[in-house]
Parts: sequence; C-alpha cells; structure tokens
Amino acid sequence: MDQSGRKARRGQEAYRGVLNLHRVLDVRLSRRPSPAILGRMSLAGRHLIEPGDFSLEELDGLFSLAEKIEGEESRFRESCRGKLLAALFFEPSTRTRLSFEAAMLRLGGNCLGFAEAGSSSAAKGESLADTIRTVSSYADAVVMRNPKEGSALLASRVSGVPVINAGDGGHHHPTQTLTDLLTIRRFRGSPGNLTIGFCGDLKFGRTVHSLAKALSRYPEVREIFISPPELAVPGYITGAVLEKGVPCREAERLEDVIGDLDVLYMTRVQKERFFNEEDYIRLKDFYILTKDKMKNAKKTMIVLHPLPRVNEIDAEVDDDPRAVYFSQVKYGMYVRMALLASILGTV
Amino acid sequence: MLNVDQIKNGIVIDHIKAGQGIRIFNWLGLGRAPYNVAFVVNAFSVRMERKDIIKIDNTIEINFDVLGLIDPNITINIIENSVITEKIKLQLPERVSGVLVCKNPRCVTSAEKVPHVFILDDKKRKTYRCEYCDELCSAADFLQQSTPP
Repeated sequence: MDQSGRKARRGQEAYRGVLNLHRVLDVRLSRRPSPAILGRMSLAGRHLIEPGDFSLEELDGLFSLAEKIEGEESRFRESCRGKLLAALFFEPSTRTRLSFEAAMLRLGGNCLGFAEAGSSSAAKGESLADTIRTVSSYADAVVMRNPKEGSALLASRVSGVPVINAGDGGHHHPTQTLTDLLTIRRFRGSPGNLTIGFCGDLKFGRTVHSLAKALSRYPEVREIFISPPELAVPGYITGAVLEKGVPCREAERLEDVIGDLDVLYMTRVQKERFFNEEDYIRLKDFYILTKDKMKNAKKTMIVLHPLPRVNEIDAEVDDDPRAVYFSQVKYGMYVRMALLASILGTV
Repeated sequence: MLNVDQIKNGIVIDHIKAGQGIRIFNWLGLGRAPYNVAFVVNAFSVRMERKDIIKIDNTIEINFDVLGLIDPNITINIIENSVITEKIKLQLPERVSGVLVCKNPRCVTSAEKVPHVFILDDKKRKTYRCEYCDELCSAADFLQQSTPP
C-alpha cells in the first residue's frame, strides 16, 4: 500500500472512529438515558429538561413524595437545610419563580438569583454557558427560565449541579407538567384511559407541548387539540404523540368536543398571536369556557389551567367543583418541593 | 461508449442519482482540484438506469455524513493500486454536528456559540430534528444552506 492508499485507509478508520466515539458519547453524555438503563435509579443529581427525562416509575415516586409532603409538611421542614437554589429567570415569571422559592424555603433551604435578564450579567453580553458555569459553582441546584428554546439543555451540559427547566421559550415547561400530572392524579387517578382536551393557543403554549408528550406515555390516553388553525399544535408534538400510538385529533370548536373530555386543559388565546383582528374577533369566543359550555361536559370532567388566566375562563366557572385550577397551583408547590428534595438527594 | 482511465489510488463516488453529481462535485471543490478528476453524468446503470460518477485520482478527506445527507444511496469505492479495496455504502447519518443549521430564530443555537446538532427523525422523509429546540429540518435543506468548502 503506497502513501495515498494508506491516507485513504486512515481517513476511513478515522471516520469509523468518529462514529464509534459518537456512540460512546451518546451513551455517556445523553441527557436522557432510557428508563430501562436507569432502572430504579434515584433522582439525586439528575437534570429535568423535559418530562421524558424521568421514567413513569420515577414520576410515580415523585408524586407519592409530593402527596406525603402535602400530608405531613412539618416532617420535611429541614429536608434542604444548608442547600442553596439558584433561581435564574431571564424572563419575567411570577408563579413559577415564587412557587420554586416557596418550595425551597419550606424545605429549609435558601434561594439566590435574579428575576429578569437585565439584572444578570447577560445584560453585559455574557454567554449563557458562562453564566451557568459560574452560578453552578455557588449553588446546589439551578432552576432556569430563558426565552431561547433548548437553553435548558445547553445549561445542563455545562452545569456542575442539577438544572431544572422552568421554561425554555415556547418549547418545554416540565415542572408545570409535573403540576398538571399530579393534579390529574389527585382528582382522577392515573391519566391512563382518559380523554384530555387541550384548548386555546396550542402553537406557542409550552405547557401544552410538555403535557401532550408526557401524557402520551400513559396507556389508553386519548388527546384532542382544540384551536384555530393559526394556533394549531406543532407537527413535532402531534408526531411524537402519534408515534406512541395515542389516538389524537384536532378540532376548531370547544362545543363540538367538550362532552367527550375527562380533562379540559385551557390556555389563553392572545390577541397578538393572530395575523389580523378579524380572525381574532371571529375565533376568540370559541375558546372561552363559560357556565353554558360546562353544561355539556361530563360531571366528572376537570378543568385545568396553567394560569395566569385572563378571560378564557369566565369567573362564574370558578365555583364549579370541576374547576380545579386553583388547587393545581398548590400541587405545583408540593411537586416542586418533592423535585428539589429528590434531585438534591435529601430524602 | 465513453472510456475513462482507471485511477491508481483514490476514491470513486458511484451510484449518485443522475443530476446530483454536480452538487457533490461543487461541494468537494473538485473544480479547483490540482489532480485528475473524472465527472461522468448520465452513465448507464443496471440498477438505476442513469447515474452520475465521480472518480478522484487522489486520496482526499471526505465528510461522509455530508455525502450521506446529499444522497444516501451513494457507494464509495476506495482504490489502492488500481484495485477496489473497500466499498462503503452510505446511509443517512443518525446524528450530524456542524452540518445542518437550525433555522428557528428562537433556538438557543441562534444566540450561543454551540455546534448545531441534528438527530435523524424520520428516515423515510429524510428529516432531522434539532437536538436543542426540536425544529425539523430536511436533509435536502443542507445544499441550500451550505457553501462549498
């Protein structure tokens, strides 16, 4: 073999080497090792970037812990004593940030961080990766909201401590999903064998994206997406749901499907998402839940909403026992307490 | 019948879908090559009826991931001392890094200096999914996005 022949051979070997290295790295660096590989591995030290990061068994354990905390909160008051949570909110958030801070403080831990990008070094042009590397040197866990999609995954790759995604643009919001799943569990048991309807802005609603994917892992679930075509759920979400063998369909009017639902997940339709005002005026009322529309719903149906609510649920619906969105807020705090204690390895 | 001389040591890129050869030729920058290159278009093929072939009389570094994206049916023949010593059948790569570009302006790759990594999502449709934001991208987009090296 002459020089050029050897060079070609070396090129191929190098190429195969790269392929093999990718395989090795995929196993070692993947943020989502399969539940089969993990078995019953503890959640200590793990990141939560999207709901699929935890197996159903692990989610079940987390929800049981949240229920235990709800029942005997005083037992957990010192669980995170001496632990520090960095809450990095590059975007405004009231509910999620306060829920995390309340959860950490109720576990005996402490919080630091910022509530807007303007008060972080991002305003000086620091990269997200550098901010995370720095902050993860101070804190025991990082919870982050950032407008860029995939930012939480990037953060988890450079952080020395567990990262919790508190919303990455319109992409995922896994702790809201934990909240939603725990609420469904508390009122309807396991989500298996339920028909869940998502209504409103399904295009930009990250809570919908995360929950739709998470529910598709449960047996016999059915999903209905109710939205104007302009705000239809993205193809990659329906694709992922269908791939799991979950029957799903789309509808334009809530009235047409409300009688089929076991869970109605409402979201806000924002005027600014429409291309023109005519379409908004034509469509907005289809996505407002009223007492009248509730008459056609099952007596056992529950209504969830990630909040804040503006006008998509009439205030008169609040008194209906099926409206559980304010209970959902409390479950959100308990499930975040369970999550923090689990990833910090303190329970 | 067109005859092209045998090459002694180098690479033959065979079974290129007719009409696609020029893209690969340009991508590899072979128009500027200081060694012999033969570019045959519309050659007869039993399997494909018509195909393009590129014969390179030199050993060069080729990113097979890129070739797989352009045309996964390509065969690479490695020639040593005028003999085919290895045939490599290309396929769509499972994962590509720094090849496809995420077009989602909300993706973190648009703001941070990180390689754009795509995972094969649908082999039939030849679509890839951004590892960060899940934006779908077609393998065919590669040639529209890229400039030759």
